[in-house]
Formats: sequence, C-alpha cells, structure tokens
Amino acid sequence: MKEFGYVRPADAAEAVATTYADANARYLGGGTNLVDLMKLGVETPSLLVDIAGLPLGQIEATDDAGLRIGALASNTDIAVDRLVRDGFPLLSEALLSGASGQLRNTATAGGNLLQRTRCGYFTDISKPCNKRQPGAGCAAKEGEHRNHAILGASTHCVATHPSDFAVALAALDARVEVESPAGTRTLALSDFYLPVGDTPQHEVALEHGELITAILVPAPPDAARSRYRKVRERASYAFAIGSVAAVVVVDDGTIRDVRIAIGAVASMPWRARLAEAALSDVAPSAASFAAAADLELAHARPLRDNTYKIPLVRDLIVATLCELTGVPT
Amino acid sequence: MTVIEKAEQQVGTSTTRIEAVDKVTGAARYAGEYPLDELAHGVVVTSTIGRGRVASVGADEILAMPGVIAVLHHGNAPRLHDPGDATLLLLQADTVPHQGAVVALVVASSLEQARAAAEALVVTYDEEPHDVGFTADHPKMYVPDHVNPAFDTETVIGDVDAATQAAEVVVDATYTTPTQQNNAMEPHATTATWHGDHLTVFDSNQGAASVKQSIVKLFGLDQDQVRVLSEHVGGGFGSKGTARAPVVLASMAARTTERPVRVALSRQQMFSLVGYRTPTIQQMRLAAGRDGTITAIDHLAYSQTSTVLEFAEQTAVISRMMYATETLRSRHRLVALDVPTPRWMRAPGEAPGSFALESAIDELAEACGVDPIELRIRNEPTTEPESGLAFSSRSLVACLREGAQRFGWHDRDPRPGIRQDGRWLLGTGVAAATYPARTAPSTAAATAEPDGRFTVRVTASDIGTGARTALTLVAADALGVAPGQVTVLIGDSEFGQAMIAGGSMGMSSWTWAVTDACHELLVERAQREIPADGITVTADTAAKVKAMSRLSRHSFGAQFAEVAVDVRTGEVRVRRMLGIFAAGRIVNPLTARSQLIGGMTMGLSAALLEEAIMDSASGDYVNHDLAGYHVAAHADVPSIEVGWVDEVDHEVNPAGVKGIGELGIVGAPAAIANAVWHATGVRQRDLPIRPDRVIDTHPRPNTA
Amino acid sequence: MADHAQRSTVELKVNGDDQVLYLDHRTTLLDALREHLDLTGSKKGCDHGQCGACTVLVDGRRANACLLLAVAQQGREITTIEGLSTGGELHPVQQAFIDHDGFQCGYCTPGQICSAVAVLDEAERGWPSAVTADVAAADVRLDAAEIRERMSGNLCRCGAYVNIVTAVSAAAKGGA
Repeated sequence: MKEFGYVRPADAAEAVATTYADANARYLGGGTNLVDLMKLGVETPSLLVDIAGLPLGQIEATDDAGLRIGALASNTDIAVDRLVRDGFPLLSEALLSGASGQLRNTATAGGNLLQRTRCGYFTDISKPCNKRQPGAGCAAKEGEHRNHAILGASTHCVATHPSDFAVALAALDARVEVESPAGTRTLALSDFYLPVGDTPQHEVALEHGELITAILVPAPPDAARSRYRKVRERASYAFAIGSVAAVVVVDDGTIRDVRIAIGAVASMPWRARLAEAALSDVAPSAASFAAAADLELAHARPLRDNTYKIPLVRDLIVATLCELTGVPT
Repeated sequence: MTVIEKAEQQVGTSTTRIEAVDKVTGAARYAGEYPLDELAHGVVVTSTIGRGRVASVGADEILAMPGVIAVLHHGNAPRLHDPGDATLLLLQADTVPHQGAVVALVVASSLEQARAAAEALVVTYDEEPHDVGFTADHPKMYVPDHVNPAFDTETVIGDVDAATQAAEVVVDATYTTPTQQNNAMEPHATTATWHGDHLTVFDSNQGAASVKQSIVKLFGLDQDQVRVLSEHVGGGFGSKGTARAPVVLASMAARTTERPVRVALSRQQMFSLVGYRTPTIQQMRLAAGRDGTITAIDHLAYSQTSTVLEFAEQTAVISRMMYATETLRSRHRLVALDVPTPRWMRAPGEAPGSFALESAIDELAEACGVDPIELRIRNEPTTEPESGLAFSSRSLVACLREGAQRFGWHDRDPRPGIRQDGRWLLGTGVAAATYPARTAPSTAAATAEPDGRFTVRVTASDIGTGARTALTLVAADALGVAPGQVTVLIGDSEFGQAMIAGGSMGMSSWTWAVTDACHELLVERAQREIPADGITVTADTAAKVKAMSRLSRHSFGAQFAEVAVDVRTGEVRVRRMLGIFAAGRIVNPLTARSQLIGGMTMGLSAALLEEAIMDSASGDYVNHDLAGYHVAAHADVPSIEVGWVDEVDHEVNPAGVKGIGELGIVGAPAAIANAVWHATGVRQRDLPIRPDRVIDTHPRPNTA
Repeated sequence: MADHAQRSTVELKVNGDDQVLYLDHRTTLLDALREHLDLTGSKKGCDHGQCGACTVLVDGRRANACLLLAVAQQGREITTIEGLSTGGELHPVQQAFIDHDGFQCGYCTPGQICSAVAVLDEAERGWPSAVTADVAAADVRLDAAEIRERMSGNLCRCGAYVNIVTAVSAAAKGGA
C-alpha cells in the first residue's frame, strides 16, 4: 500500500470541497472494499477523506411512506431497522444474504452501491483488465468467467456487479441522492449505473468528489409481496452466481404490478423490464413466468463457461414469482 | 485440563486440551507473533510471469524508500546448499519456474514499509512460453520411477483386460479432482534470529526436527547451531510437513541484516509457495459378475508436478488394497508443468483416489442391482490383494455394518431421483475409507523431577490434532500417575529427532518413543535417588521400528451422507454425515472425534466447493484468496456424527494406535457424490460438484 | 495536490485501557493490535476480510480488524480476545469452546469467539439473519441453522464447525 494522507472533515460540505480539490482523494466510509483494494494496489489514493463521522447514518420514513437511508448507515443498521423489516423486507433479505456479520457492521449503504467487481483479473494488478487499466484488454473473456456477465456486457468487460442490496433497490425503484459543490441532486438507480460500452472504468454517473448522501426508496405498491433469492456456491459468505429481487401485486387473479431485478448477471443490477412488461395484467402461472423470463434472457450473450446462468436465472425468476403469487411451480 | 469422563486409565478418557485456555484467550503465540527487539519485516516478492528468467531487479530505488533495510534477490542472496528439496533453493538463480515463485525479499523496519517497498520493486523478466495445461493426453506425460512416498508406480496382477472382456458387468468411467489448496488458517510464517553463529527460528511447521535438518543443510551449519521452535501451529494439513519458503528467507535475511526478521506469507502467496493437492484425472475400470463379485480393478491416475521438484501423488495406491479381485492393475502418470510444486495435502493418494474408486464401486452396485454396502462386503479380501500380506487388523465390514445401522441405511430405497422435500431432491450415499497405519522412528526423553513430577520431551507438533494432550495421557499411563503429574513439552528441535505430524504417523510414532522412555525411566528411578537435576532417560525406537514384521497395516472407515439437491439452481447441501471408523486404540475420544469430524468437513468442502482455478493465459491461479477459493463455511456444514468400532491391534505399535488425521477425509467426497446421484439420478464424476455442473448435467425440467 | 502528513496520532480504548499511538496511516487496526500493542490474539488469516480470524468488537459490534484503518478508529472502544476474560475468569463463550472442543489448531479461535459473543448479543436484540423465515419477526430463536449462518464469516480449516455450533448453542442457553 502506498502512503496517503488522511483528513476528517467537519461536515459534508467540507468533505466534498476537499475531495473535489484533489483528483487522487477518495472518501473513506466503512472501507471494507476500499481498504481491500488499496492493499491489492488497485486503488492508490493520495488522500483519504474520512466521512464515517458525518451525520449521514439516519434511516427515516419519508412523508410519502417511502424510506430515506443515510449513505453511512451500515448494512446491519439497515437490515435490522424496524422500518425496513416491516415495510421493506426485501432490503433486509438482500443485505442479510451478503457478506458476513462483521462486514455488514462496517460496510455502508453508499459504499455498497459503489463497490467494485470481484472479477479475479480486476483485483490482481499483474493481469490485464480494461476496467482497471483502459486498453489493457479483458483477460476474463477467454479466461475464467464462470461467474461473469450474460447481459449487457461489452467486448471490453464482462464483469458483474457484486451487490445484493443494489439488486433489491433496483426492484424498488430507488433513487440516489448526491451532493456536490453545486448542490444536491437525485438520480434513479437505473441512471446511476452506466452501461459498460467501451468505458468499463466508468461505472457510475458521479463526477469525482460527488458524495452519496442518501438512498431514497419509494413506498412499495399496496399489497405488494416481495422476495430476494440468492444462489451461491458456498451456502453463506459468498457472492451470488445468480439472484432475483421480485415485487409483485396480484389482485383478482391478475398481476397488477411486478418488478423484477436480477443480480450477478451484468455490470449493474439488471432490471428485467421485458419480463415485467410481459407479465403486466396476466394471470400468474409458472408458464407465464417462464415465458416472461425467456423473453428477458433471449438477450443474454453468455460466455464459454457461463451458459448455466440462463437456466439458473430463468428458474429462479419462475420459482420466486410462483412463491410470491402462490401458484405451483 | 478437565477430565470429563473417568476411566480406569487415562488413555481412552475424554480430556480437554492442555493448551485450551491459551488458545481461547489469545495467549497462545504462533510463529509470527514473537516480539523481538529490533525485529524487521520481510515481505516476499513473487514472479508475475509463467516461466522465464529475471532480467533485472530494481533494488536501488527500493533501498531509498523509507525504512527499507535490504532487498535480497538472486544476485546478492547468500548461497545455499541443496537440502534434497529444490523448492528451498530460493534466490539462487535467475530462473522463474512458474507464476508466484520467489524472486526477491524486501526487508524493512515496519510491516507497512516492507509491503509498500515490495509492491514498488520493479522486476523485469525475459519471458518464455509457459505450459500449465493439465490433460491426460499431454505429450510430456511420463511414468515416474515411484510415487509418494516410495510406492511402485505400476502394479499388475493377472490380465485385467481379459477379465474385463469376460465380465458380465463393467464400469468404465473417468473421474477428475481439481487442484486443492491446503489453506491452513495460519499463513506460513517464521521469525528468525541469529546470535553469533547460532540460529533460532520460531517457525510454523509440522515437525521442528525435520525443519532443523533442512536449515542445517541449506546453510551448512552444525547440528548445535540451529534451534527450531514451534509451540503452536495454526494448521498444516501437509503444507507444513517440511520446511517452506519463510524459514529459508527469514534465516537468510536475519543473517544478512544482522537483525531478527519475520517473514509471513500472504494468503495469496500460499497458493504458489507451500504446496497443494495436484489435480487428478482417473480412469477407473471395474469388472464383476452379476452378483457384484469383482474380477478386475484397473485404476490409471494422471497428475501433475512442477519442473522444480518431482512430486508424484500416489492416487491409485488405494486400489491395491481395498477389494478382493482376481486381476488388478494400478498405474500412475505424471507431467511436469510450469506450475507450483504440488505436495502433501490431507490424505495424499487416498483422498483423490478414493473419490474415483468409491464412486465407481457405487456405480458397480447400481449396475449389478446390489446394495453398495453389501457389494463391498462381498468383495472383502482376506489378505491384501496386491501383496498377499496379512492385515494387522481390518474392520471395514464392522464399520459398514455399524454405520448402516446408525444411519438408518436399511430403510433406503435404492432408486435414484424419487425423494422430494419442497424444491429439494434427497439422496443418501456411502463410501469406504482407509489410510495406511505406519510408524516411523522417533526419540523421546522422560525426566523424573526431584519434586515428584515428570517431564516428557518429544519433538512432536500439535497442529490442532490434540497431540500435546494425547501424549500426556499416554505418558501418565506409562508412568502410572495422574496426567496432572506430567508435563509434556513439544515443538522444540532441541528434544531430538522425531516423526513429523504427518502421514497419520505422528501419534503412532511418538507414543512408542514416549512409552519406552517412561518405562525405562521407571526402571532407572527405582534404582537410585533423584538428583537435583532429575533423572532423564532417552528412548529411540529406530531399531524396533526397523524390526517390525511385514504386514498390511491400515485404518478403515465407512462414510455416510445425506444430501439435498435443487437441480434448478444447482445447489447441493449436505444434510447430515456419519462416519464410523476403526483406528485401533483411541487415545483421547474428545479430540479424536473432533479430528475425524474435521477430516469429514474438509471432505465435504472438497466435494462441493474447493478448486484452485488455473488461468492458462497467465499460468496463475485466478481465485488465489479465500473469497475466490471457497472452503466450507459454518453454513455448509450440518450435523456430523462420528463413532468408532473397538479394534485391538498390537502389530501397529505397542500402544495399538493408528493415526486418524487423514482417515476422516477419505471417502467423504465419494459418499456425497454417491448421495447426489441417489438424489438426482445423475452421476457427478468431477469435483467439485458445483451448481453449474449440476445444472449443465441435469435434464431440464419442464417448467412451462 | 496538497502535501499531506502520512502519520497521525490516534487514541483508542483497547480492552478498557486508553492507548495513544502515533501510526502510519496504512496501519490497520489488526496490525496496530498485533505489532504495536502486542495483542497477538487477533489473527491474520487472510488480511482481506475473507476469513474472520481478525474479528474484534468495535464499540461492541464485531468487525474485521484487517479492513479497518487504525487512524479511522479514533476514540473507539476495541475489545479483543484478550479483553473478554475478566480477572482470570473466562467468558462463558470461551469456557464453552473448551468444554465442547470448539477448536483444533486455535488460529481461527479468537475470531470465532469474538464473533460468537457478538452473535449472542445480536440474537438478544432480535436481529434477523439470512435464514430467519420472517425478517420482521420480533424474536430470534438461536437454533443450529441460525448459529451456522451467523457464524459463517469465520472460517475454520480444521473443521471444528460442528463443535463450535454446539459451544455457541450451549453458551446461548447458559445465558451468556
């Protein structure tokens, strides 16, 4: 690890000003991903701006029955929060399925969204990686890519986003609140993550120094049922090889509202809008779920060793929606 | 130490670990935890090419960095003498045999400085093409002279081909096991300090006496110039069986810098520097009559080694002694690739070999329509099939029967793919286990202290086995006193030559020497008063071990597993396991049970999770950490029960002890794979049984 | 780019004792404990948050000390394995690990025990886990499946899991 400076700003404005002024400065929140990447030499900041002490950890109900999650709330804080467990259990389920008790205590909401891929070529600086070093090439395309992307990938990068939380947030139409010297803005999670294209190094729609201050989650529709399901090789303490966050409202035998996000399939949490559209106002059945999933996955472009993700994700979508709508698989 | 159950004698009494309080309070110090004055930190720099030569090492720039004391590399490191292990001849030449090989050691005052300097060190290479592709048809595949440790590479009895052609039932299948990494929790570490010409090292190993001999040879020292101390060792599973890079590098750097130096490997470095279990490809052919009577066993095992040192896993050796057969052929093939050197990992040979043999036996049982336990019993040999030697004891059938009864095997419907619990398909499987019960020469010293207490010194190693506690029970019985009267000191090369904690030979070898020393001490003490410095008697079992009769000596066991498989997500979860073992006299039931469960747990881990993935383009392992290389976590491991059958075997050693460090892993992956077949109807012949493999091999259920 | 200091003073309360350390910013809490305070009970199994051997309690909550920069822990209370036993009396979880042989080589043990102490506290607070059927339920019954899931951030290579779960279960029942 290279030497670096360390400052503890008094407030968010000072944090933002300090970071804007130094292109090599990084925010330090929980640090579970950043410190790891610094040890690996992937991140080499000259200055850490420690924001952990800023008052950005509140989890509050909003006036419109939504949720405002402070960016520095830990994964544990959110997962065990009474508001979240009662009104947004999808978020608790997703968070609790990730990492370990120790890491969840330390890792923050904002950091969770910003965490980097665990692609083994990205985390090893002796290997070529376009995300880490644009133009260097992608070793995963022809190398080890069993847990890489099947959707939305480009020839430049096939890495997946590792977050469970972000998948649940995507299904809930969450927004991200960010602060810059120009003030505060919010953007939809779907706009927060950038398509890979030929710039895999640019992962999120933030400029350097912009600080995530909160995540805003609108109230789920009335009578919505939700579930996060995650498949991984190890039974716990492992990243997903496929996951689904689903929110569904069934009324009078018809699907009135459905949101499906899938994880471990793309560089971002993947909102399955084609599947959702196909399920709008239809009767829930395993067959309709399968047809909808197939529609979404028709766009999958698997690599040599990850074709299994297509049936995995398809069946996961079907099983989760069957469970939520009470129809047999 | 708390005695939980009272027994007439100490051996056989469940006894908590002597070092327990130290381990649960953090007081137990491991090799990298000795705070010496002026301690400097050495950080290893490893190669980033698959093969070639070091062209330059940018040491000058690094020496200018804060805190940096030295940069050792092939151009300036002290010269070493070959100790008979070329992997230890570090920084002696510019050759780079594989990715992750040692190319330099950076020494600095603080850990942070040393790490930063090691990361900043620029090493340039003349790169050559590497070959890391392990395949059965590799053109450089060859027949090694022998396989580990000294078995014949090939054995042939009768004509397996003719027997197979004439057979009513034939199973012919190929099984593969991947590269598995020992991944002991404590990364290999050494703290080395020279006092004049005398070297003291605190080192993490499975045998301080063995490491001392390597150091003596490497540095050309006299026996009295080296002391190796290893009081607590954080696991090894074979990877600390002999000296490894840290002890060489720390000793070298401490001499060069004239300061104590600590070298601890990073987790990532362990993937290329401490050994691992070779991947195997195993072609297994079994022939039998319709009733399951085996007429041919043909086991051909391929494995890899490095270009540095030949290590030939004895994968097919298990087939030479397990089942009665008219014809038998067992063969090994090896290829030297540009990879790190494979070494021992828990039950080398038997662990991968039993996956193929015990899976094939299950397939044979299926093909014959015979219960797999019954099939094994029908093929129980009276003498060792390959050698014709008598068994010193063989309780496999008793283990299978006892296990079947306890597991509830008799209610089992043999048909696959018919039991369901929600989204899960359920199945059960069985496999047999075995491991050689060998003994090696050791020495031990017993002292009668003037205060009436006793001290026993033996260069044993407690890598988590409970050896310290077990030896205390053995010594107490030999001396006829309570265990509280005896202090057993281990992990110090000053105590003399002794077997390592390896090959399941530690306890059998040490107990013999300890018992002899204690018995002789009692004779001595009866003859005279105890002087102020006590009476010390030393025993050496070399002559007795050499005089042992020729017999087939093995432990045995029966492994049972119940699994749940979701064929849509590919998830496999083990719901319960039972292991019934026969391993002679069990010295400490409490720790023996733990050790056997531990082996089964590692077997579960191997069955479902473990695999170091080689990247052919770079020649490196891509998943070289504990996030990428999955070992079983708490959530993967269900209730595991262990029992043993009574077994008295006076032919293994006077104490009747058979080692149990490795037995527990043998057969466990096969039992799980067989259970997966029983659950799903699909054979999984490649480890680990990953979700993608389950999904890819399963006929797609029609969800629509 | 401004020129920043590379070292800072940090005040910690470790096992009840105030400590003032002048540290390289790169020093992790784990290295501060092991190298500067000679508290070597917290282990370094991976140094990347992937094994749990370094688990300590930070302001009462478990965390991987290897991923925490010491300088960022200013003013926090740290409890390590050395601080769990008081006045020579073992913590009930420590005693349960001995009684049920919840360890072999001992290297993951301090992390397992610190984690288990926190698990009991988390369950007491009614915090759900990934295997809790209903995350909204008020209470948690700490059965074997719950213990296994909650302890999964602590790897053990000797395979002591079965006995660790028994030990944690016993400590939970003993009101630890």
